[in-house]
Amino acid sequence: MRERAASPAFDLMVQAEHLRKTYGPTPVLDGVSLELGAGQGLTLLGPNGTGKTTLLRILATLLRPTSGSLRIAGADALKEPEAVRGAIDMVGHGSWVYEDLSAMENLRFWSIMGGHDAAQTRLHTALEEVELDTVADQRARTFSAGMKRRLALARVLLGRARLLLLDEPFTGLDRAGRKWLGEFLMSFKARGGALIVATHSFDAGVGVADRVAILAGGRIVLDRPAAELGPDDLRRLYDELAMGPETAS
Amino acid sequence: MRRAWIVVWKDVLSERRSKESLNALVFFSILLLFVFQFALGPERARVEAALPGLLWLGFILSGLLAFGRTFLVERENDCWEGLVLTPGDKSAIYVGKLAGNVLLMAVVEAVLLVLFAVFFGLDFTGVLPGLSLVLALGTLGLASVGTLFGAITAQMRARELLLPVLLLPAVVPILLGSVSATQTVLLGQPLAEAAAWLKLLAAADVVYLVVGLLTFEFVLEG
Repeated sequence: MRERAASPAFDLMVQAEHLRKTYGPTPVLDGVSLELGAGQGLTLLGPNGTGKTTLLRILATLLRPTSGSLRIAGADALKEPEAVRGAIDMVGHGSWVYEDLSAMENLRFWSIMGGHDAAQTRLHTALEEVELDTVADQRARTFSAGMKRRLALARVLLGRARLLLLDEPFTGLDRAGRKWLGEFLMSFKARGGALIVATHSFDAGVGVADRVAILAGGRIVLDRPAAELGPDDLRRLYDELAMGPETAS
Repeated sequence: MRRAWIVVWKDVLSERRSKESLNALVFFSILLLFVFQFALGPERARVEAALPGLLWLGFILSGLLAFGRTFLVERENDCWEGLVLTPGDKSAIYVGKLAGNVLLMAVVEAVLLVLFAVFFGLDFTGVLPGLSLVLALGTLGLASVGTLFGAITAQMRARELLLPVLLLPAVVPILLGSVSATQTVLLGQPLAEAAAWLKLLAAADVVYLVVGLLTFEFVLEG
């Protein structure tokens, strides 16, 4: 595996080609292709029901596409999902938190399930990083949505994920929480991790992205470097491409 | 093994704190006993004749409630997705869930036996070793199928309806063997008299356990 790490193909964390997903006759994704390298962040924008969550679930190997190909960290994720799952972590609408376990117990569970070291000091350090160390022994049932998201991110810290998929991570967070999450995601990228964030939050989403893509009608209608897009440009393009010409005008 | 153990630890700890399943099952057991008491009346001979069937009726009805809840906790906060994404052999999750169900069933069976003894004035102490063996074999078989079908139906809308419809026909060999072997034990006959039923139970346990281990990954993946 270490030899492969040096090859350019391995640096490409996500390589999706012509992904299509239909439920009955209705296509949810209609030929989505994207590439993402290690240490890069992609923010996916798009109206509700355009397939953002479906795309994330396919990239996470939780859902099989109807057609298309997908390679994660160089391996064929459709033929060998088990081979790539150790490299993927996801923070979706649910936070994978067991309500009747404490923060520390939740981390211990997921660490052992993931085959990682579950030493008390390591778990405590992860809780410190997400600023939950003072409530380590409190049941998750008493946590706010933001605290549960932090707990989910502590789980990410303990794992060996190189691809992190986040679905609406900024929802329900206050300004301080958004700033903290933005810094967390930037540090994940700085460690060489690849990041895909599906969000409706333009500012926060673009802040952690190297590239911004807009998904509309099951297709990627725009994929550009974030540096090329000012806030006004992005909103205008979003209105034109995702909401239709009437909204744009 | 470590992953199976942590699943049991998590389920037992959650149940110890919430007591959701245990409270419901104990209350349900008491209700069942009241129904049996009214149905059979005070005549001891009728109670003793019906006892093996009543015991296992109580166990399986309680089991249906327990198995149905096993995987519902994994749907909360999308924990199910986390289990799918954990790398490695998924049968460890099945083994952990199965062990949790066997433990829960064992507690409910102990409570039901005590309640039967109190309600009907019965004494199980003389037959306890033989009865324990039959209960262990029967419970393992029931829980093996129940855990698997609990996982299958947890993803469906009509799960409360589907679980008994799927489970009850599948556990007919377990029920036949368990009720017959329990009858032999309660009549005070030597365990060797029930050897054929015990062999059927052991064979059914092995078959159901192997099927559960081999198919659980596909069930989890949906």
